[in-house]
Amino acid sequence: MTKMLQHSGYEEERLQRVAELLPCREVQAGMLLSLMGQPQQCSYPSIFIYGHRASGKSHVMQVLLKELELPHATVSCVECVSVALLFEQVLLSFFGCDAASLLPRSPSLSDFVRIYRQHCSQTPAKQTRYIVMEKAELLRDTDANLLPALLRLQELVDDNVTIILLSEIVWDKFRPNTGCFEPLLLHFPDYSKGELQQILSQDKHPSYSAEFYSSYINILLGVFYSVCRDLRELRHLAALNFSKFCEPLAEGKVKETDTHKLWRNIEPHLKKAMQTVYLREVSSLQWEQLQQMEERECGALRGLSAHTHVELPYYSKFLLIAAYLASYNPARTDKRFFLKHHGKIRKTNFLKKNEKTSNHLLGPKPFPLDRLLAIFYSVVDSRVAPTASIFSQISSLVTLQLLTKVSHDDQLDAPKYKCAVSMDFICAISRTVNFEIIKYLYDFL
Amino acid sequence: MIICIIGFIDVQVQDILRERFCRQQLPDRLEGVEAQHKHLLELLKRTAVHGESNSVLIVGPRGAGKTMLLKCVLRDLLEEKEAQKNLLQVHLNGLLQTDDRIALKEITRQLHLENVVGDKVFGSFAENLAFLLEALKKGDRSSSRPVLFVLDEFDLFAHHKNQTLLYNLFDVSQSAQAPVAVVGITCRLDVLELLEKRVKSRFSHRQIHLLSNPTFPQYLERVRTQLSLPDRFPDQEFCQDWNDGVETLCEDKSVQDVLQKHFNSSKDFHLLSSFILSPASLFPLIYPFFSTSSSISSSSSSPGVTPLLLLPADLLEASRLCFTDSKANMLHGLSILELCLIIAMKHLNDVYEGEPFNLQMVHNEFKKFLQRKSNSMYNFEQPVIMKAFEHLQQLELIRPVDSTAAKTQREYQLMRLMLDHSQIMEALQKYPQCPTDVKQWAMSAFG
Repeated sequence: MTKMLQHSGYEEERLQRVAELLPCREVQAGMLLSLMGQPQQCSYPSIFIYGHRASGKSHVMQVLLKELELPHATVSCVECVSVALLFEQVLLSFFGCDAASLLPRSPSLSDFVRIYRQHCSQTPAKQTRYIVMEKAELLRDTDANLLPALLRLQELVDDNVTIILLSEIVWDKFRPNTGCFEPLLLHFPDYSKGELQQILSQDKHPSYSAEFYSSYINILLGVFYSVCRDLRELRHLAALNFSKFCEPLAEGKVKETDTHKLWRNIEPHLKKAMQTVYLREVSSLQWEQLQQMEERECGALRGLSAHTHVELPYYSKFLLIAAYLASYNPARTDKRFFLKHHGKIRKTNFLKKNEKTSNHLLGPKPFPLDRLLAIFYSVVDSRVAPTASIFSQISSLVTLQLLTKVSHDDQLDAPKYKCAVSMDFICAISRTVNFEIIKYLYDFL
Repeated sequence: MIICIIGFIDVQVQDILRERFCRQQLPDRLEGVEAQHKHLLELLKRTAVHGESNSVLIVGPRGAGKTMLLKCVLRDLLEEKEAQKNLLQVHLNGLLQTDDRIALKEITRQLHLENVVGDKVFGSFAENLAFLLEALKKGDRSSSRPVLFVLDEFDLFAHHKNQTLLYNLFDVSQSAQAPVAVVGITCRLDVLELLEKRVKSRFSHRQIHLLSNPTFPQYLERVRTQLSLPDRFPDQEFCQDWNDGVETLCEDKSVQDVLQKHFNSSKDFHLLSSFILSPASLFPLIYPFFSTSSSISSSSSSPGVTPLLLLPADLLEASRLCFTDSKANMLHGLSILELCLIIAMKHLNDVYEGEPFNLQMVHNEFKKFLQRKSNSMYNFEQPVIMKAFEHLQQLELIRPVDSTAAKTQREYQLMRLMLDHSQIMEALQKYPQCPTDVKQWAMSAFG
């Protein structure tokens, strides 16, 4: 493997070390090295590297530049909320703080290039300078001139400098309207399952054997691989759940080699992890705590999405139910649901040509306040007067974001709303007031 | 020892080629644009030597050699003593000087007039510019020195407020004030439409078009000259070998096919050089990285023979890399769940003829697929699917129809698929260990 990284411009040992630090990325590192050439040679103005999250883009760049001791500046575009920070960081890492302090308060690109040129002529580059931009897709949101200018920075500052852009998004989505200097494109492919296994197995636990850990990784990948291929996320999950995996071992119930029993123990646990910790519905700390007290409270291990129960006042519940019905039923059908003597009207009579898809696929429709109240009066079992209390409950439902106001704020006489709760949620609510909502939904007739 | 020497030559070859491809080194003589060169040189000479004012636009697509033409002309112009002594140059770039205030500062700086201007306060832009030009008059000569203004990315200057800079520059160039030459470089053919009427009327309407349309043999010739080594290369024997190698390479049928393909898609020489530079073609030959390259093994086995360093196979490989669809590359790295969602979207697109969809519909489509199968190994909950869906959105493979839909629930937000049918099918073919039922689902006409 290390043989691949041979380069006349660098010492053998260093390349060896680079190769060790970059498992499964030798080909990409080799390509990059050949593109960069020897330190004193001139290099292509801009390189665009794209690939999925956690496919080693930043890591490869960092290792290469650090280990080979090349002059570089690494800028994360997330951190640079203004271009000033970006310029400052680049100048700081190339020319020290006196250069960075020369920048005026809100520097333009012109200022940056001027200061760069000035310092560059004082200390001309013996080696290619590299500017690495992580999360480069954010550059599109800044000043429209920034990206095209950076791509031809070499020409603008007249220095041996290369811009390396790293992003998850393909280059086609970056190209400005009138075109720009085209960078070299380089793709970092995703890790294959075998490679993931190899990399993840590297951080084994010191008190367990390597095979044991690797079999654990195998099980973990079996559950998560079909959903997630992000190395970083998988590594996090592996670290979180390893203690659970070892539990039967510590209790002395099974031996290390008994993979099947270990699998039976961990698999439901991992599935549960997918529904909670993977979705970030509980924090890692909570997850660890839950793992410890699991025996006692099995049911407590549920994510936010499973919490369908919210305490609401009695009338608010009916208001919400009425809103849900108004959102998901066509207004024409109200007669059939809420009038006592509606006669025999079948679903087919209502069916219009374009209404084959159910409303639960299309989402809630807006409805006027009058309709909400009319449905509300007919579903609630006692007589209610339209008092201020009812109206204030509507607005507090809006504040809770269970309803959303669709119409403009200044429209006071006939406001329109939409119901913003899920089917499961409304079913749980209606159960608490003994209301069978399914009977009243047009989609489920 | 021999290896050492070869290594040394290698470095020299690299230096030369890198200088060419990365730096866009100026050629000794321009080909194909002699007339334009002569025209522009004549024009600038009149300003530099005779103190005539002029304005001209150089228009041509990207990579056509506009900047190269100007640089060559300037190089030739400055060979003349008279011009060299007189001419002052101001280079502005539309990308850098984003408004007229910055541009004026930059002009002051490039004319070395910072201390003359000092803390003076000017009433208007024109006054300021006039002052700057006036200051130049008090040089060593009685008359004023000619100034050449080069405006790169000229179209961007037209977006400045009131086009003050352009108006003033053209105004000076038209009236008999200080001698200035204004050279605009742009890739927009409709650039004159961008100018305001009063600015347009002051422009000389002189345009130099660089709409070079090389034929394929010319293109091939250009590739050959770009790759071959110059006569002044120290090791004559090696140089000869190399150039012969390039000759045979360019005559190779498969290489010509590849180049023809490139030629048909774009005649931009920037793109060509990036393709030749692209790692798989030129560099593995010079640097023996990839042990697969056969030339390397031959060189190591018989060190006396200078290896032919360019192989057609490498160029083919580079071209393959160059033409792969980057979106298909990204699809390759999706998880199986995300891929299933993409297929469901594809079916929705087929059925509803490109109408936008939301997560619920996609999920429903996916569920229909799962129901038809007895063993449902993909039993995912809605939130997990939502996360996968959001990842697709992050990768910009799907895009919300209207961005201001903050008020709708996430699962009902309407989306559009940013992929076409063939891309999905191609990605599916390459997808590692793709389950057959998923493949069949994708192939079937109706979801």
